Amino acid sequence: MNNGEFEPRIIAFLCNWCTYTAADAAGVARMEQPANVDVIRVMCTGRIEPMFILKAFAEGADGVIVSGCHPPGDCHYNNGNFKTFRRMPLVEALLGQFGIDEGRFHWGWISGAEAPLWAQLARNFTEQVRALGPLDWKSQKASKED
Amino acid sequence: MAGDQKLKLALYWAASCGGCEIAVVELREKLLVLDQLADILFWPVAIDTKYKDVEAMADQHIDVCLFNGAIRTSENEHMAHLFRKKSKVLVAFGSCAHEGCIPGLANLNDRQSVFDYVYLESPSVDNPDRVVPQPMTQIPEGEINIPKFYNTVKTLAQVEDVDYFVPGCPPQAPQIWSVIEAIVAGTLPAKGSVVGANEKTVCDECKYERNEKKVKKFYRIHEILPDRVHCLFDQGIICAGPATRGGCGALCTKVDIPCRGCYSGAPHVVDQGAALLSAVASVVDADTEEEARRIVSEISDPIGTFYRFGLPNSLLRRSRLGKQQGEKS
Amino acid sequence: MKKITIDPVTRLEGHGRIDLFLNDEGDVANAYMVIPELRGFEKFAQGRRVEELTDITPRICGVCPEAHHLASTKACDAVYHVDPPPTAKKLRELFYSAFFVADHTVHFYILGGPDFVMGPDAPVAERNILGVIHKVGVEVGTRVITARGKAMDIIGLLGGRKIHPTFGLPGGVAKFITEEERQQVEATAREEIEFGLFSLQLFKDIVLGNKEYLDMILSDAFTMPTYYMGMVDANNKVNFYDGKIRVVDPDGKEFVKYSPNEYLDVIAERVEPWTYLKFPYLRKVGWKGLETGKDSGVYQATPLSRLNAADGMATPRAQAEYEEMYKTLGGKPVHHLLATYWARLIELLYGAERLLELSTDPEITNPHVRNLPTEKPTEGVGIVEAPRGTLTHHYVTDEKGIVLKANLVVGTTNNYAPISIAVKKAAQAVIQRGKDITEGMLNRVEMAFRLYDPCFGCATHTLPGKMALEVRIYDTAGNLKEVLKRNM
Repeated sequence: MNNGEFEPRIIAFLCNWCTYTAADAAGVARMEQPANVDVIRVMCTGRIEPMFILKAFAEGADGVIVSGCHPPGDCHYNNGNFKTFRRMPLVEALLGQFGIDEGRFHWGWISGAEAPLWAQLARNFTEQVRALGPLDWKSQKASKED
Repeated sequence: MAGDQKLKLALYWAASCGGCEIAVVELREKLLVLDQLADILFWPVAIDTKYKDVEAMADQHIDVCLFNGAIRTSENEHMAHLFRKKSKVLVAFGSCAHEGCIPGLANLNDRQSVFDYVYLESPSVDNPDRVVPQPMTQIPEGEINIPKFYNTVKTLAQVEDVDYFVPGCPPQAPQIWSVIEAIVAGTLPAKGSVVGANEKTVCDECKYERNEKKVKKFYRIHEILPDRVHCLFDQGIICAGPATRGGCGALCTKVDIPCRGCYSGAPHVVDQGAALLSAVASVVDADTEEEARRIVSEISDPIGTFYRFGLPNSLLRRSRLGKQQGEKS
Repeated sequence: MKKITIDPVTRLEGHGRIDLFLNDEGDVANAYMVIPELRGFEKFAQGRRVEELTDITPRICGVCPEAHHLASTKACDAVYHVDPPPTAKKLRELFYSAFFVADHTVHFYILGGPDFVMGPDAPVAERNILGVIHKVGVEVGTRVITARGKAMDIIGLLGGRKIHPTFGLPGGVAKFITEEERQQVEATAREEIEFGLFSLQLFKDIVLGNKEYLDMILSDAFTMPTYYMGMVDANNKVNFYDGKIRVVDPDGKEFVKYSPNEYLDVIAERVEPWTYLKFPYLRKVGWKGLETGKDSGVYQATPLSRLNAADGMATPRAQAEYEEMYKTLGGKPVHHLLATYWARLIELLYGAERLLELSTDPEITNPHVRNLPTEKPTEGVGIVEAPRGTLTHHYVTDEKGIVLKANLVVGTTNNYAPISIAVKKAAQAVIQRGKDITEGMLNRVEMAFRLYDPCFGCATHTLPGKMALEVRIYDTAGNLKEVLKRNM
């Protein structure tokens, strides 16, 4: 918490070749980015099992980002991102049924040359999640029933 | 009690259907063998021992307790603690104790919404005074207490220290027997293990031919006539087999019905529902996001499909408390 | 008042507790049959795909999952407005007949039977399946396991899993049978008929041939006139799988005969705050409290109720036994609760005969066992007779077949009011001022519950007769006055 204000905790799974490169470039260029976003680098968004996203929320994330190379042609492994766009719509539906607002989960494509887009996403998404408030899934799990 | 060498066994049912009891009955003539090996100290379905008898036992008096049923009420939790205290070995027996099973689907609701529907809104209820069950009721003769219904279904391991897990809804008789043999022979694996199942998935025991899967349309079980030769998944029917631990004999696919996942998640899988979702998504035959969305939008009720048996044991365990189905925060 | 608690009730399915309140004179002022459990199926069915309820609702009960499976399947047929092919319906009824044989076997020999076969006051060490086997012989015990097992094998053949089988779906069934499989079923059916006749003879020799037991059956403590409910076919004969539901009044006259869609006009449910189970009653007669007779809406739905509500059995040997029962007990309807055991065995025989009829039906191996639904799903009711009573599944869905609402009136639930009354009656007859309370008396109180519940049985042969009981008696100030123990 910063001065009592809620600081969202956001986990971002970024693919090494595209969005991670963009985020790195944004950092080097000192583009303004909030400290709320923790980046986890994966080699390809195709590596992201739905379980990672659920685990992030279960362990305290207020928001989750998945971002990688633009389909159809940019993926370093040809069609890793195809797996991503086949999985993510179902993950969206699943999260909705769990009662997690769609504003807490963003997935998309940002190439290595689009650093400003990354910085903007990090800023906007943080504010979007801030407005939704803390998810605090851990205390729901921990609550002991008397 | 006759014979110091006999195994002292107890069987208890928490929030359960009784199917795990009948599963033990399905041992059939092997029960005569069990009779030679064990004394059953507590088994409400079959013998007349009462709770007070268990309370009066010394700690760890029971050698093995096969505890089935989910933790739904305060009485279920109380009995979990009681049997842990009185038993050397506590086994989460069957899907309800292991993962929550079907009663775990109530984790999409809470106490208030369950009571509102069951006691106030259900079509056949005639309840103008809006009476709902209470933990304590004053009646003319005195007081009647009933256990508290929790908001959330829990697994046995979420309330107590569990030694072994036997999956299945219900566990199949040959598997139950292999567990009993291991108990008697002292060959159980490390504490915390899943026993009574194998280290593969259901697909390994399934009769169907499996080819590469490319699904353009998903079907519900009544929407098509599957050919009885090829994998149901290949034909667009969601089958939980790839994400489910093997050992059941693939009985459902044997009669041309898809696996629903009752034998718990496949080995090394952290969250069965997420694994099944991933399996389903990977067979979607789409080369654009739009097409992928279109194909998977056919899949209604993702939680009911992917977490049919394991919702309480999943990463998220339940839907957001305080929200009704469809609400989000 | 003094409170005596029997906790838990045993040799039944599910959880229950009996709270007995004694006044200062030592008579039973009241008795409460408390059900301390609820899982909420009616609520969490909402949001599910309706056809998946055929696999979800069997988890209501692992002893009669076949009943829920078929009630659910029929409700789904109705939701989708689809009529299964004739062979599918026959296979469903064949599957169900085999199940009835297995389930009624378990109740008579293992669950409730020991009370009757051994006697209510038999020593606890003998009042279980082991005692039964000692009395009737190991051969009989093996015969029982085999009879039950072969019937369950038919369930497994058709439904994969024997417990929570997967067989029916909207529009039909998933599997057809080959000629070889049909022959196996036919052979089993013939054996089960012999087993049914054998069981009835055993009952007549051991129970009816014993005057003390006959007196108990006819005693006022276990006699209760109520309305009776059961499913009947077009000829008003007992049918487990399909037909209309008939209710007769305590005099045996038809009160109503309704189709599944009309069930809400007939049944309502009452809620009490001291128990999780609801009390169904006949809406048009009304809830008059836990009372019996023509003016009270309390009704029974048990094997005896089914025989009372019908005009006969649809198969010849069962019909002969039906006639003998009513002749022995003085005509229809029979209000003697313990005659439920007799009715149950007659149903076992009927189930076996029906299994033979269906397994030799010329259409039974026809591979056309599914019709695909073509209409939009809306709403439907499916009813079958569970061994423990009439079972109703009612689903309302949206146009995609997602459940909006579900209502279930389950077999034993029908009988909750009569069970409560019976337990109180038995308690008041058996526990009286001036008499020491013995273990056998408490068991007789439990017997009033046990005769209603064939849903759970256990074919264990390992019962070591370890019956331990503690009864704690408190005075009106809540001080512990006396503790009676046995085997502890």
